[in-house]
Amino acid sequence: MIHTRGLARDFRAKKEVVKAVKGIDIDVSPGELVAFLGPNGAGKSTTLRMLTTSLRPTRGTATVAGHDVLAAPVEVRRAIGYIGQGNGVSHNHRIVDELVDHGRFYGMTGRDARRRAAELLELLGLAGMAKRSIGTLSGGQRRRADIALGLMHRPALLFLDEPSTGLDPQNRANLAEEIVRLRAELGMTIFLTTHYLEEADQLAERVLIIDDGEVIAAGSPAELKATLAGDRITLGMADEVAAKSAAALLEGSARETTVSGATVILTVENGESALPRTLRALDAADLPADTAKLRIPTLDDVFLSLTGRTLRDADAA
Amino acid sequence: MSFFSDTAKVFVRESRPIFYDPFTPVFSLAQPLVFLALLGPLVAATPGIPGESPWQWFVPGIVVMVSLFGTSMTGSNLQYEMTTGSHERIMVAPLNRAAIMTGKALKEIAPLVVQGAIIVLVMLPFGFRLYPLGALLGLAILAVLGIGLGALSYALALASQGKEWLFWGVQQTLLFPLLILSGMMLPLEQGPAWMRAVSTVNPLTYIVEAERTLFAGEYAWDVVGPGVVAAVATAAVGLTVGILTMRRQTV
Repeated sequence: MIHTRGLARDFRAKKEVVKAVKGIDIDVSPGELVAFLGPNGAGKSTTLRMLTTSLRPTRGTATVAGHDVLAAPVEVRRAIGYIGQGNGVSHNHRIVDELVDHGRFYGMTGRDARRRAAELLELLGLAGMAKRSIGTLSGGQRRRADIALGLMHRPALLFLDEPSTGLDPQNRANLAEEIVRLRAELGMTIFLTTHYLEEADQLAERVLIIDDGEVIAAGSPAELKATLAGDRITLGMADEVAAKSAAALLEGSARETTVSGATVILTVENGESALPRTLRALDAADLPADTAKLRIPTLDDVFLSLTGRTLRDADAA
Repeated sequence: MSFFSDTAKVFVRESRPIFYDPFTPVFSLAQPLVFLALLGPLVAATPGIPGESPWQWFVPGIVVMVSLFGTSMTGSNLQYEMTTGSHERIMVAPLNRAAIMTGKALKEIAPLVVQGAIIVLVMLPFGFRLYPLGALLGLAILAVLGIGLGALSYALALASQGKEWLFWGVQQTLLFPLLILSGMMLPLEQGPAWMRAVSTVNPLTYIVEAERTLFAGEYAWDVVGPGVVAAVATAAVGLTVGILTMRRQTV
Protein backbone atom coordinates (compact mmCIF):
# COMPACT_ATOMS: atom_id res chain seq x y z
CA MET A 1 0.00 0.00 0.00
CA ILE A 2 2.90 2.34 0.82
CA HIS A 3 6.45 1.90 -0.41
CA THR A 4 9.12 4.53 -0.03
CA ARG A 5 12.82 4.38 -0.87
CA GLY A 6 15.21 7.02 0.35
CA LEU A 7 12.36 9.49 0.80
CA ALA A 8 13.86 12.76 2.02
CA ARG A 9 12.91 16.37 2.51
CA ASP A 10 15.15 19.35 3.19
CA PHE A 11 13.96 22.73 4.34
CA ARG A 12 15.85 25.93 3.85
CA ALA A 13 15.86 28.07 6.99
CA LYS A 14 17.79 31.32 6.58
CA LYS A 15 20.87 30.04 4.74
CA GLU A 16 21.05 26.65 6.39
CA VAL A 17 19.67 23.45 4.97
CA VAL A 18 17.70 21.52 7.56
CA LYS A 19 17.31 17.85 6.76
CA ALA A 20 13.87 17.18 8.19
CA VAL A 21 13.57 13.67 6.75
CA LYS A 22 16.80 11.92 5.86
CA GLY A 23 15.93 9.22 3.40
CA ILE A 24 13.53 6.68 4.83
CA ASP A 25 12.27 3.35 3.55
CA ILE A 26 8.74 2.39 4.56
CA ASP A 27 6.66 -0.60 3.49
CA VAL A 28 3.05 -0.93 4.56
CA SER A 29 0.91 -3.84 3.36
CA PRO A 30 -2.82 -3.61 2.67
CA GLY A 31 -4.90 -3.87 5.84
CA GLU A 32 -2.12 -2.93 8.24
CA LEU A 33 -2.47 -0.38 11.02
CA VAL A 34 0.90 1.29 11.34
CA ALA A 35 1.89 4.02 13.78
CA PHE A 36 4.70 6.44 13.20
CA LEU A 37 6.02 7.26 16.67
CA GLY A 38 8.52 9.94 17.51
CA PRO A 39 9.02 13.20 19.38
CA ASN A 40 7.87 16.57 18.02
CA GLY A 41 10.06 17.65 15.15
CA ALA A 42 11.24 14.13 14.32
CA GLY A 43 9.87 14.35 10.78
CA LYS A 44 6.58 12.49 11.17
CA SER A 45 4.29 15.10 9.68
CA THR A 46 6.79 15.99 6.98
CA THR A 47 6.83 12.35 5.89
CA LEU A 48 3.06 12.14 6.02
CA ARG A 49 2.68 15.29 3.95
CA MET A 50 5.01 13.84 1.31
CA LEU A 51 2.99 10.62 1.22
CA THR A 52 -0.26 12.55 0.82
CA THR A 53 1.03 14.84 -2.01
CA SER A 54 0.84 18.01 0.02
CA LEU A 55 4.60 18.41 0.17
CA ARG A 56 7.14 17.82 -2.59
CA PRO A 57 9.93 15.36 -1.64
CA THR A 58 13.50 16.59 -2.08
CA ARG A 59 14.85 13.13 -2.88
CA GLY A 60 13.70 9.54 -3.08
CA THR A 61 10.53 7.85 -4.27
CA ALA A 62 7.15 7.07 -2.77
CA THR A 63 4.42 4.85 -4.13
CA VAL A 64 1.11 5.24 -2.38
CA ALA A 65 -1.94 3.10 -3.19
CA GLY A 66 -0.16 1.91 -6.33
CA HIS A 67 0.72 5.36 -7.70
CA ASP A 68 3.88 7.41 -7.63
CA VAL A 69 3.30 10.62 -5.63
CA LEU A 70 5.23 12.76 -8.11
CA ALA A 71 4.14 11.17 -11.38
CA ALA A 72 0.46 10.61 -10.53
CA PRO A 73 -0.52 12.84 -7.60
CA VAL A 74 -4.17 13.05 -8.64
CA GLU A 75 -4.56 9.26 -8.59
CA VAL A 76 -2.95 9.17 -5.13
CA ARG A 77 -5.31 11.90 -3.91
CA ARG A 78 -8.32 10.03 -5.22
CA ALA A 79 -7.32 6.85 -3.39
CA ILE A 80 -6.44 8.18 0.03
CA GLY A 81 -8.17 9.83 2.94
CA TYR A 82 -6.22 12.40 4.90
CA ILE A 83 -6.96 13.73 8.35
CA GLY A 84 -4.42 16.42 9.09
CA GLN A 85 -3.29 17.97 12.32
CA GLY A 86 -5.62 20.93 12.01
CA ASN A 87 -9.37 20.90 11.51
CA GLY A 88 -10.23 19.78 8.00
CA VAL A 89 -13.73 21.09 8.56
CA SER A 90 -13.92 24.87 8.19
CA HIS A 91 -15.13 26.68 11.29
CA ASN A 92 -17.63 28.81 9.35
CA HIS A 93 -19.46 25.88 7.80
CA ARG A 94 -22.09 23.45 8.99
CA ILE A 95 -20.90 19.89 9.49
CA VAL A 96 -23.23 18.20 7.07
CA ASP A 97 -22.47 20.70 4.29
CA GLU A 98 -18.73 20.21 4.70
CA LEU A 99 -19.18 16.46 4.47
CA VAL A 100 -21.41 16.61 1.41
CA ASP A 101 -19.19 19.11 -0.42
CA HIS A 102 -16.14 17.03 0.43
CA GLY A 103 -17.82 13.96 -1.05
CA ARG A 104 -18.58 15.99 -4.19
CA PHE A 105 -14.90 16.92 -4.46
CA TYR A 106 -14.25 13.18 -4.79
CA GLY A 107 -16.82 12.81 -7.54
CA MET A 108 -19.71 11.46 -5.46
CA THR A 109 -23.20 12.43 -6.59
CA GLY A 110 -25.14 14.80 -4.35
CA ARG A 111 -27.52 12.04 -3.29
CA ASP A 112 -24.75 9.53 -2.54
CA ALA A 113 -22.81 12.19 -0.61
CA ARG A 114 -25.84 13.13 1.49
CA ARG A 115 -26.57 9.50 2.32
CA ARG A 116 -22.93 8.83 3.21
CA ALA A 117 -22.75 11.97 5.36
CA ALA A 118 -25.83 10.91 7.33
CA GLU A 119 -24.33 7.45 7.81
CA LEU A 120 -21.02 8.83 9.11
CA LEU A 121 -22.64 11.37 11.40
CA GLU A 122 -24.56 8.48 12.93
CA LEU A 123 -21.44 6.31 13.16
CA LEU A 124 -19.44 9.04 14.90
CA GLY A 125 -22.17 10.14 17.27
CA LEU A 126 -22.74 13.51 15.59
CA ALA A 127 -26.21 12.80 14.22
CA GLY A 128 -27.94 15.53 16.24
CA MET A 129 -25.41 18.14 15.18
CA ALA A 130 -25.64 17.94 11.40
CA LYS A 131 -26.73 21.57 11.11
CA ARG A 132 -24.48 23.01 13.79
CA SER A 133 -21.70 25.23 12.56
CA ILE A 134 -18.31 23.79 13.32
CA GLY A 135 -17.17 26.81 15.29
CA THR A 136 -19.76 26.00 17.96
CA LEU A 137 -18.57 22.42 18.58
CA SER A 138 -16.25 21.14 21.29
CA GLY A 139 -12.72 20.04 20.41
CA GLY A 140 -13.67 16.37 20.58
CA GLN A 141 -16.72 16.84 18.35
CA ARG A 142 -14.67 18.82 15.85
CA ARG A 143 -12.12 16.04 15.69
CA ARG A 144 -14.84 13.49 15.09
CA ALA A 145 -16.16 15.70 12.29
CA ASP A 146 -12.64 15.71 10.79
CA ILE A 147 -12.63 11.93 10.89
CA ALA A 148 -16.03 11.76 9.20
CA LEU A 149 -14.60 14.03 6.50
CA GLY A 150 -11.64 11.70 5.93
CA LEU A 151 -13.98 8.72 5.58
CA MET A 152 -16.52 10.30 3.20
CA HIS A 153 -15.23 8.78 -0.01
CA ARG A 154 -14.52 5.35 1.54
CA PRO A 155 -10.74 5.47 1.06
CA ALA A 156 -8.82 2.19 1.10
CA LEU A 157 -5.94 3.97 2.80
CA LEU A 158 -6.37 6.50 5.57
CA PHE A 159 -3.69 8.85 6.89
CA LEU A 160 -4.11 10.43 10.30
CA ASP A 161 -1.67 13.06 11.46
CA GLU A 162 -1.64 13.28 15.27
CA PRO A 163 -5.33 12.40 15.49
CA SER A 164 -5.60 13.03 19.22
CA THR A 165 -3.61 16.24 19.62
CA GLY A 166 -5.45 18.76 21.73
CA LEU A 167 -7.89 16.23 23.14
CA ASP A 168 -8.19 15.44 26.83
CA PRO A 169 -7.32 11.89 27.97
CA GLN A 170 -10.96 10.82 28.00
CA ASN A 171 -11.55 11.95 24.41
CA ARG A 172 -8.21 10.52 23.38
CA ALA A 173 -9.19 7.08 24.64
CA ASN A 174 -12.58 7.36 22.91
CA LEU A 175 -10.91 8.32 19.66
CA ALA A 176 -8.53 5.36 19.82
CA GLU A 177 -11.49 3.03 20.31
CA GLU A 178 -13.25 4.74 17.43
CA ILE A 179 -10.30 4.19 15.10
CA VAL A 180 -10.02 0.52 15.98
CA ARG A 181 -13.75 0.06 15.52
CA LEU A 182 -13.90 1.89 12.19
CA ARG A 183 -11.04 -0.12 10.87
CA ALA A 184 -12.68 -3.39 11.88
CA GLU A 185 -15.91 -2.26 10.19
CA LEU A 186 -14.43 -0.72 7.07
CA GLY A 187 -11.28 -2.79 6.57
CA MET A 188 -8.97 0.11 5.75
CA THR A 189 -5.22 0.38 5.81
CA ILE A 190 -4.35 3.03 8.39
CA PHE A 191 -1.15 5.00 8.75
CA LEU A 192 -1.05 7.39 11.68
CA THR A 193 1.51 9.55 13.42
CA THR A 194 1.58 10.13 17.12
CA HIS A 195 3.85 11.22 19.90
CA TYR A 196 1.66 9.54 22.50
CA LEU A 197 3.14 6.23 23.53
CA GLU A 198 -0.09 4.78 24.85
CA GLU A 199 -1.78 5.55 21.57
CA ALA A 200 0.84 3.73 19.51
CA ASP A 201 0.86 0.88 21.99
CA GLN A 202 -2.90 0.53 22.12
CA LEU A 203 -3.63 0.98 18.42
CA ALA A 204 -0.86 -0.17 16.20
CA GLU A 205 0.04 -3.58 14.97
CA ARG A 206 3.33 -2.20 13.85
CA VAL A 207 5.25 0.81 15.09
CA LEU A 208 7.91 2.72 13.19
CA ILE A 209 10.02 4.77 15.56
CA ILE A 210 11.38 7.92 13.98
CA ASP A 211 13.92 10.25 15.48
CA ASP A 212 15.75 13.13 13.85
CA GLY A 213 14.47 12.29 10.38
CA GLU A 214 15.37 8.61 10.42
CA VAL A 215 13.45 5.41 11.16
CA ILE A 216 15.44 3.85 13.99
CA ALA A 217 13.31 0.79 14.74
CA ALA A 218 10.27 -1.06 13.41
CA GLY A 219 8.16 -3.88 14.73
CA SER A 220 5.07 -4.74 16.74
CA PRO A 221 4.94 -3.01 20.13
CA ALA A 222 5.51 -6.39 21.86
CA GLU A 223 8.50 -7.21 19.66
CA LEU A 224 10.09 -3.83 20.15
CA LYS A 225 9.69 -4.02 23.89
CA ALA A 226 11.01 -7.56 24.11
CA THR A 227 14.04 -7.03 21.91
CA LEU A 228 14.93 -3.46 22.73
CA ALA A 229 13.90 -2.95 26.32
CA GLY A 230 13.08 -6.20 28.13
CA ASP A 231 11.13 -6.71 31.33
CA ARG A 232 12.79 -5.58 34.50
CA ILE A 233 12.75 -7.34 37.89
CA THR A 234 13.91 -5.32 40.89
CA LEU A 235 14.75 -7.37 44.01
CA GLY A 236 15.29 -5.90 47.49
CA MET A 237 17.77 -8.14 49.36
CA ALA A 238 18.78 -8.19 53.03
CA ASP A 239 22.09 -6.41 52.47
CA GLU A 240 24.77 -5.71 49.90
CA VAL A 241 26.49 -9.07 50.42
CA ALA A 242 23.26 -10.96 49.86
CA ALA A 243 22.60 -8.81 46.78
CA LYS A 244 25.97 -9.67 45.26
CA SER A 245 25.45 -13.40 45.94
CA ALA A 246 21.98 -13.25 44.41
CA ALA A 247 23.35 -11.49 41.32
CA ALA A 248 26.01 -14.16 40.91
CA LEU A 249 23.38 -16.88 41.22
CA LEU A 250 20.95 -15.31 38.73
CA GLU A 251 23.42 -14.03 36.16
CA GLY A 252 22.91 -16.99 33.84
CA SER A 253 19.13 -16.63 33.64
CA ALA A 254 18.97 -12.86 32.98
CA ARG A 255 19.94 -10.82 29.97
CA GLU A 256 21.49 -8.19 32.19
CA THR A 257 22.19 -8.01 35.92
CA THR A 258 23.12 -4.95 37.94
CA VAL A 259 23.62 -4.46 41.68
CA SER A 260 23.26 -1.19 43.51
CA GLY A 261 23.44 -1.38 47.30
CA ALA A 262 21.05 -4.09 48.49
CA THR A 263 19.09 -3.95 45.21
CA VAL A 264 19.47 -6.32 42.27
CA ILE A 265 18.03 -5.36 38.89
CA LEU A 266 17.52 -8.06 36.28
CA THR A 267 16.56 -7.54 32.67
CA VAL A 268 14.72 -10.63 31.48
CA GLU A 269 12.47 -11.87 28.73
CA ASN A 270 8.93 -12.76 29.69
CA GLY A 271 9.09 -11.26 33.19
CA GLU A 272 5.79 -12.68 34.36
CA SER A 273 7.12 -16.24 34.37
CA ALA A 274 10.69 -15.23 35.25
CA LEU A 275 9.62 -13.55 38.50
CA PRO A 276 8.26 -16.61 40.38
CA ARG A 277 11.11 -18.73 39.00
CA THR A 278 13.64 -16.24 40.30
CA LEU A 279 12.05 -16.10 43.75
CA ARG A 280 12.04 -19.90 44.01
CA ALA A 281 15.72 -20.06 43.01
CA LEU A 282 16.59 -17.47 45.63
CA ASP A 283 14.66 -19.34 48.33
CA ALA A 284 16.42 -22.57 47.38
CA ALA A 285 19.82 -20.88 47.73
CA ASP A 286 18.73 -19.48 51.11
CA LEU A 287 18.91 -15.90 49.80
CA PRO A 288 15.29 -14.79 50.29
CA ALA A 289 14.26 -11.50 48.69
CA ASP A 290 12.49 -8.97 50.93
CA THR A 291 10.76 -7.21 48.07
CA ALA A 292 10.21 -7.99 44.41
CA LYS A 293 8.89 -5.74 41.66
CA LEU A 294 8.22 -6.47 38.01
CA ARG A 295 8.12 -3.72 35.43
CA ILE A 296 6.83 -4.39 31.94
CA PRO A 297 8.47 -1.88 29.61
CA THR A 298 6.65 0.78 27.63
CA LEU A 299 7.57 2.09 24.20
CA ASP A 300 9.24 4.93 26.08
CA ASP A 301 11.77 2.43 27.42
CA VAL A 302 12.31 1.30 23.84
CA PHE A 303 12.90 4.88 22.75
CA LEU A 304 15.22 5.41 25.71
CA SER A 305 17.32 2.37 24.92
CA LEU A 306 17.55 3.43 21.26
CA THR A 307 18.37 7.10 21.75
CA GLY A 308 19.41 7.59 25.36
CA ARG A 309 16.49 10.04 25.80
CA THR A 310 12.92 9.52 26.84
CA LEU A 311 10.23 10.69 24.46
CA ARG A 312 9.19 13.36 26.94
CA ASP A 313 12.74 14.74 27.12
CA ALA A 314 12.90 14.70 23.35
CA ASP A 315 9.59 16.57 23.15
CA ALA A 316 10.79 19.19 25.61
CA ALA A 317 14.10 19.67 23.78
CA MET B 1 -14.17 19.05 -18.09
CA SER B 2 -13.04 18.78 -14.51
CA PHE B 3 -12.10 22.47 -14.49
CA PHE B 4 -15.70 23.67 -14.81
CA SER B 5 -17.32 21.07 -12.58
CA ASP B 6 -14.61 21.48 -9.92
CA THR B 7 -14.98 25.27 -10.09
CA ALA B 8 -18.70 24.86 -9.46
CA LYS B 9 -18.09 22.52 -6.50
CA VAL B 10 -15.55 24.86 -4.90
CA PHE B 11 -17.81 27.85 -5.54
CA VAL B 12 -20.78 26.12 -3.88
CA ARG B 13 -18.72 25.22 -0.82
CA GLU B 14 -17.24 28.71 -0.52
CA SER B 15 -20.64 30.36 -0.82
CA ARG B 16 -22.44 28.31 1.84
CA PRO B 17 -21.76 30.56 4.83
CA ILE B 18 -23.52 33.45 3.03
CA PHE B 19 -26.77 31.49 3.25
CA TYR B 20 -26.31 30.55 6.91
CA ASP B 21 -26.15 34.14 7.95
CA PRO B 22 -27.69 36.48 5.41
CA PHE B 23 -26.67 39.54 7.41
CA THR B 24 -22.94 39.21 6.79
CA PRO B 25 -23.12 40.40 3.17
CA VAL B 26 -25.03 43.51 4.23
CA PHE B 27 -21.80 45.26 5.13
CA SER B 28 -20.18 44.43 1.82
CA LEU B 29 -23.30 45.76 0.09
CA ALA B 30 -23.16 48.97 2.08
CA GLN B 31 -19.54 49.63 1.15
CA PRO B 32 -20.09 50.89 -2.43
CA LEU B 33 -22.92 53.12 -1.21
CA VAL B 34 -20.56 54.75 1.26
CA PHE B 35 -18.10 55.49 -1.53
CA LEU B 36 -20.86 56.82 -3.74
CA ALA B 37 -22.24 59.06 -1.00
CA LEU B 38 -18.88 60.47 0.07
CA LEU B 39 -17.00 60.63 -3.22
CA GLY B 40 -19.85 61.12 -5.66
CA PRO B 41 -20.64 64.75 -4.72
CA LEU B 42 -16.95 65.67 -5.00
CA VAL B 43 -16.66 64.09 -8.42
CA ALA B 44 -19.92 65.68 -9.55
CA ALA B 45 -18.50 69.08 -8.58
CA THR B 46 -15.26 68.50 -10.49
CA PRO B 47 -15.24 70.27 -13.85
CA GLY B 48 -14.17 68.42 -16.94
CA ILE B 49 -15.80 65.05 -16.31
CA PRO B 50 -16.49 63.64 -19.76
CA GLY B 51 -19.85 62.21 -20.81
CA GLU B 52 -23.48 63.15 -20.46
CA SER B 53 -23.55 63.17 -16.64
CA PRO B 54 -20.79 62.84 -14.03
CA TRP B 55 -22.64 59.81 -12.63
CA GLN B 56 -22.39 58.01 -15.93
CA TRP B 57 -18.64 58.43 -15.59
CA PHE B 58 -18.37 57.72 -11.89
CA VAL B 59 -20.63 54.68 -11.35
CA PRO B 60 -18.60 52.26 -13.54
CA GLY B 61 -15.48 53.33 -11.65
CA ILE B 62 -17.12 52.45 -8.34
CA VAL B 63 -18.21 49.07 -9.70
CA VAL B 64 -14.63 48.28 -10.78
CA MET B 65 -13.32 49.42 -7.42
CA VAL B 66 -15.74 47.21 -5.49
CA SER B 67 -14.72 44.19 -7.57
CA LEU B 68 -11.08 45.04 -6.99
CA PHE B 69 -11.51 45.21 -3.22
CA GLY B 70 -13.54 42.00 -3.12
CA THR B 71 -11.34 39.76 -5.22
CA SER B 72 -8.04 40.96 -3.82
CA MET B 73 -9.33 39.64 -0.47
CA THR B 74 -9.52 36.05 -1.75
CA GLY B 75 -6.20 35.28 -0.13
CA SER B 76 -7.25 36.63 3.23
CA ASN B 77 -9.95 33.98 3.55
CA LEU B 78 -7.34 31.44 2.51
CA GLN B 79 -5.06 32.58 5.32
CA TYR B 80 -7.78 31.69 7.78
CA GLU B 81 -8.23 28.27 6.21
CA MET B 82 -4.48 27.67 6.27
CA THR B 83 -4.39 28.39 10.00
CA THR B 84 -7.30 26.12 10.88
CA GLY B 85 -6.28 23.28 8.56
CA SER B 86 -9.06 23.04 6.00
CA HIS B 87 -6.85 24.38 3.22
CA GLU B 88 -4.54 21.40 3.59
CA ARG B 89 -7.34 18.91 3.14
CA ILE B 90 -8.55 20.71 0.04
CA MET B 91 -5.05 20.54 -1.45
CA VAL B 92 -5.10 16.78 -0.85
CA ALA B 93 -8.50 16.38 -2.55
CA PRO B 94 -8.44 15.45 -6.26
CA LEU B 95 -9.52 18.88 -7.46
CA ASN B 96 -8.23 20.79 -10.45
CA ARG B 97 -5.81 23.40 -9.06
CA ALA B 98 -6.99 26.25 -11.26
CA ALA B 99 -10.57 25.39 -10.30
CA ILE B 100 -9.77 25.80 -6.59
CA MET B 101 -8.62 29.38 -7.21
CA THR B 102 -11.35 30.19 -9.70
CA GLY B 103 -14.09 28.89 -7.42
CA LYS B 104 -12.79 30.95 -4.52
CA ALA B 105 -12.42 34.08 -6.66
CA LEU B 106 -15.92 33.72 -8.10
CA LYS B 107 -17.33 33.62 -4.59
CA GLU B 108 -15.86 37.09 -4.06
CA ILE B 109 -17.23 38.25 -7.42
CA ALA B 110 -20.77 36.94 -6.97
CA PRO B 111 -21.87 39.71 -4.58
CA LEU B 112 -20.85 42.19 -7.28
CA VAL B 113 -24.02 41.41 -9.21
CA VAL B 114 -26.12 42.39 -6.19
CA GLN B 115 -23.87 45.33 -5.35
CA GLY B 116 -24.06 46.54 -8.95
CA ALA B 117 -27.85 46.32 -8.95
CA ILE B 118 -28.08 48.32 -5.72
CA ILE B 119 -25.74 51.02 -7.01
CA VAL B 120 -27.76 51.35 -10.18
CA LEU B 121 -31.09 51.51 -8.30
CA VAL B 122 -29.77 54.18 -5.97
CA MET B 123 -28.32 56.24 -8.81
CA LEU B 124 -31.28 56.13 -11.19
CA PRO B 125 -33.05 59.10 -9.53
CA PHE B 126 -29.88 61.18 -9.96
CA GLY B 127 -29.93 60.96 -13.71
CA PHE B 128 -27.88 57.79 -14.20
CA ARG B 129 -29.05 55.84 -17.22
CA LEU B 130 -28.84 52.09 -17.26
CA TYR B 131 -28.01 50.16 -20.43
CA PRO B 132 -28.68 46.59 -19.31
CA LEU B 133 -26.72 44.77 -22.03
CA GLY B 134 -23.69 47.00 -21.60
CA ALA B 135 -23.83 46.60 -17.83
CA LEU B 136 -24.00 42.80 -18.13
CA LEU B 137 -21.06 42.71 -20.53
CA GLY B 138 -19.20 44.99 -18.14
CA LEU B 139 -19.83 42.63 -15.22
CA ALA B 140 -18.67 39.66 -17.31
CA ILE B 141 -15.36 41.42 -18.00
CA LEU B 142 -15.03 42.14 -14.28
CA ALA B 143 -15.65 38.46 -13.49
CA VAL B 144 -12.74 37.47 -15.74
CA LEU B 145 -10.56 40.16 -14.19
CA GLY B 146 -11.64 38.98 -10.75
CA ILE B 147 -10.51 35.41 -11.45
CA GLY B 148 -7.03 36.74 -12.22
CA LEU B 149 -6.91 39.06 -9.20
CA GLY B 150 -8.33 36.33 -6.95
CA ALA B 151 -5.68 33.88 -8.11
CA LEU B 152 -2.93 36.44 -7.55
CA SER B 153 -4.27 37.14 -4.07
CA TYR B 154 -4.40 33.39 -3.43
CA ALA B 155 -0.79 32.99 -4.55
CA LEU B 156 0.24 35.91 -2.35
CA ALA B 157 -1.40 34.29 0.66
CA LEU B 158 0.39 30.99 -0.07
CA ALA B 159 3.72 32.73 -0.46
CA SER B 160 3.30 34.73 2.74
CA GLN B 161 2.19 31.74 4.82
CA GLY B 162 3.22 32.24 8.42
CA LYS B 163 3.77 35.98 7.79
CA GLU B 164 0.22 37.29 7.61
CA TRP B 165 1.31 40.94 7.82
CA LEU B 166 3.23 40.46 4.57
CA PHE B 167 0.01 39.64 2.72
CA TRP B 168 -1.66 42.84 3.88
CA GLY B 169 1.45 44.92 3.25
CA VAL B 170 1.74 43.80 -0.35
CA GLN B 171 -2.00 43.85 -1.04
CA GLN B 172 -2.44 47.41 0.23
CA THR B 173 0.76 48.69 -1.34
CA LEU B 174 -0.26 47.45 -4.77
CA LEU B 175 -3.99 48.10 -4.62
CA PHE B 176 -4.09 51.85 -4.19
CA PRO B 177 -1.51 52.89 -6.82
CA LEU B 178 -3.21 50.56 -9.32
CA LEU B 179 -6.56 52.04 -8.43
CA ILE B 180 -5.55 55.68 -8.68
CA LEU B 181 -3.39 55.20 -11.77
CA SER B 182 -6.29 53.71 -13.71
CA GLY B 183 -8.42 56.84 -13.55
CA MET B 184 -11.01 54.90 -11.65
CA MET B 185 -11.83 57.53 -9.05
CA LEU B 186 -10.56 60.77 -10.55
CA PRO B 187 -9.93 61.57 -14.20
CA LEU B 188 -6.27 61.39 -15.23
CA GLU B 189 -6.77 63.55 -18.32
CA GLN B 190 -5.68 66.69 -16.43
CA GLY B 191 -2.99 64.84 -14.48
CA PRO B 192 0.75 65.23 -14.98
CA ALA B 193 2.35 63.50 -17.95
CA TRP B 194 4.10 60.83 -15.87
CA MET B 195 0.80 59.70 -14.36
CA ARG B 196 -0.77 59.41 -17.78
CA ALA B 197 2.31 57.51 -18.97
CA VAL B 198 2.14 55.02 -16.11
CA SER B 199 -1.57 54.57 -16.62
CA THR B 200 -0.99 53.32 -20.16
CA VAL B 201 0.84 50.25 -18.82
CA ASN B 202 -1.75 49.61 -16.10
CA PRO B 203 -4.15 46.91 -17.32
CA LEU B 204 -6.86 48.35 -15.09
CA THR B 205 -6.89 51.55 -17.16
CA TYR B 206 -8.17 49.60 -20.17
CA ILE B 207 -10.73 47.78 -18.08
CA VAL B 208 -12.04 51.03 -16.55
CA GLU B 209 -12.29 52.58 -20.02
CA ALA B 210 -14.15 49.54 -21.34
CA GLU B 211 -16.56 49.62 -18.38
CA ARG B 212 -17.34 53.31 -18.91
CA THR B 213 -18.04 52.72 -22.56
CA LEU B 214 -20.27 49.71 -21.89
CA PHE B 215 -22.15 51.38 -19.03
CA ALA B 216 -22.83 54.30 -21.39
CA GLY B 217 -24.50 51.87 -23.77
CA GLU B 218 -21.84 52.30 -26.39
CA TYR B 219 -20.32 49.22 -27.95
CA ALA B 220 -17.14 50.76 -29.25
CA TRP B 221 -14.96 47.71 -29.77
CA ASP B 222 -11.78 49.74 -30.10
CA VAL B 223 -12.27 50.68 -26.42
CA VAL B 224 -13.95 47.50 -25.17
CA GLY B 225 -11.52 45.17 -26.97
CA PRO B 226 -8.39 46.25 -25.06
CA GLY B 227 -10.39 45.94 -21.83
CA VAL B 228 -11.33 42.36 -22.65
CA VAL B 229 -7.71 41.59 -23.54
CA ALA B 230 -6.49 43.13 -20.27
CA ALA B 231 -9.01 41.06 -18.25
CA VAL B 232 -8.17 37.80 -20.02
CA ALA B 233 -4.44 38.48 -19.70
CA THR B 234 -4.83 39.17 -15.96
CA ALA B 235 -6.75 35.91 -15.54
CA ALA B 236 -4.12 33.93 -17.48
CA VAL B 237 -1.22 35.46 -15.57
CA GLY B 238 -3.01 35.09 -12.24
CA LEU B 239 -3.86 31.43 -12.71
CA THR B 240 -0.37 30.62 -13.97
CA VAL B 241 1.29 32.34 -11.03
CA GLY B 242 -1.17 30.65 -8.66
CA ILE B 243 -0.56 27.17 -10.03
CA LEU B 244 3.23 27.64 -10.02
CA THR B 245 3.08 28.81 -6.40
CA MET B 246 1.03 25.74 -5.45
CA ARG B 247 3.42 23.45 -7.31
CA ARG B 248 6.42 24.90 -5.54
CA GLN B 249 4.99 23.75 -2.25
CA THR B 250 2.95 20.71 -3.07
CA VAL B 251 3.13 18.14 -5.80
